[in-house]
Amino acid sequence: MTGFDLFVQQTINGLTLGAMYSLLALGFTMVYGILELINFAHFSVFMVGTFVAMGALQSMGIMGQSVILTGLPLVGVLLVALAATMTVCGCIGMGIERFFLRRLRSVKGPAQMITTIGISYILSNSVLLFIGGQGFNFPNPIPMLKYHIGGAVMDVRQPLIWAISAVLMIGLTYFVQSTKLGKAMRATAQDPEAARMMGVDVDRVVLTAFFLGSAMAGAAAVVFGLYYNYTNFYIGFDAGLRAFTAAVLGGIGNVPGAMLGGLLIGIIETMTSQFISTNWAEVVIFSILILVLVFRPAGLLGRVAPNKS
Amino acid sequence: MPLDATSGLLLEFKSINTYYGDLHVLKDVNYEIRHGEIVSLLGGNACGKSTTMKTIMGVVRPRTGTVIFDGQPIEKLSTSERVRRGIAPVLEARRLFPRMTVFENLEMGAFMRKKGAEFAQDLERVYELFPRVKERRSQVAGTLSGGEQQMVAIGRALMARPRLICMDEPSMGLSPLYVEQVFDIIQTINKQGTSIFMVEQNASMALSIAHRAYVLQTGVVVLSGTAAELREDKNIREAYLGELQVPGAKAEAEAK
Repeated sequence: MTGFDLFVQQTINGLTLGAMYSLLALGFTMVYGILELINFAHFSVFMVGTFVAMGALQSMGIMGQSVILTGLPLVGVLLVALAATMTVCGCIGMGIERFFLRRLRSVKGPAQMITTIGISYILSNSVLLFIGGQGFNFPNPIPMLKYHIGGAVMDVRQPLIWAISAVLMIGLTYFVQSTKLGKAMRATAQDPEAARMMGVDVDRVVLTAFFLGSAMAGAAAVVFGLYYNYTNFYIGFDAGLRAFTAAVLGGIGNVPGAMLGGLLIGIIETMTSQFISTNWAEVVIFSILILVLVFRPAGLLGRVAPNKS
Repeated sequence: MPLDATSGLLLEFKSINTYYGDLHVLKDVNYEIRHGEIVSLLGGNACGKSTTMKTIMGVVRPRTGTVIFDGQPIEKLSTSERVRRGIAPVLEARRLFPRMTVFENLEMGAFMRKKGAEFAQDLERVYELFPRVKERRSQVAGTLSGGEQQMVAIGRALMARPRLICMDEPSMGLSPLYVEQVFDIIQTINKQGTSIFMVEQNASMALSIAHRAYVLQTGVVVLSGTAAELREDKNIREAYLGELQVPGAKAEAEAK
């Protein structure tokens, strides 16, 4: 491969990884936008999602890499796995908000954030105890098709992952921009008290943000499993930390920012691994993050907290 | 507008006591607002005016006492239910949703109502009252001038098709030209049938359009009467209409 081919190759890989980070970053950003809370439980909701997706695929008879589907059966199986994982993750997210975080909402200080860290560990250790600590072979029913673009190779899963991510992100953007509940969500993020006085049920808005953010983490989990064919009980921390970084890079609280940040982090990661060294990926990611924050403290698309003292 | 003294009560505070923690903010307060009235609430800073507004909207709950709206106690109802029953706020410092468009802000005002023919009528009414708001409808609200924002804030309240609008300091931070415009509009809205309860620092303006007023001092209603009576009251003239500077008042205002 020439240098240019490698660049094309890593752009393709980076966009795939980035699409996953974007999906995961959305959950951080939506919750932060409304509650100014960093929800570390999101890491583990994502991880649990990979196990839910694995279970869903296995229950449809997809075991390891031995069952390959094409056409409608493939689409159907993937849609069912996505829907099941997104629903379960969404419900876990809502449960975390409803039963743990809501009670703490009036408590000032870091109580809520510490709680989310605790929940994160409880979830990952529960998977460790009840499912096991070994790596799992994530089922993959997608045929091994490869396309050559110059000297670079694109796996059929990559455009598929882009399509899934694009549809979900367009759907989410439409929801937030144009539906009544989405508008209530933006209004609540901008001025919770005023939104409440318009008649907005703030609890419902918060619950919706947790559901949607966690459902996106579920979609990211399906993408992760299909791409890496692997999961274990602590994958949430690695991917989650990068996705959180992506949300901050794009401007935490800003939905398009999370999408942009995710793609950038994905591309930076693959490019660094290719052209410098895998060991340097995190150094480069966080150096860029720090540089961006020095010059744009609110992130690439973020605004410096208006109307808040 | 000639007022029938026997016309029914729209909003009533009966022996309301509101606390923030241990701080007793409203002390055994009684207000009455009749259908069709503009009632003004006067008082210095930190006297409980904003708490009164929050108590009406249900953001703060009174510890004891009853709030009656349209014949029914509402003090235990949620804010959204109060909005649905016909109370809409114009908040202190306007509090528009700064990164939403003017139109979206108006939509938020109609949040508790179904979008349909009535929404279109109300929107038309707001655009008629405020041609400027119509011009700016697709602009992001945070970029408007203070006066324009106040028009949107009033328009947003009207979109709820309320029977009572609670206004918290509608003249605050506005240039004199806008203050006059805003007070004209308030009168127009009132003549179209909406009752108005208005907290206001600008006592002379408030008394010029109000039918009646209450004076609140450190959480206690110390004076009430028709606007004409209060305009003639010696204490009011000295304390609120600027005929005599009260030493503490200015320092207090600056401290806030």
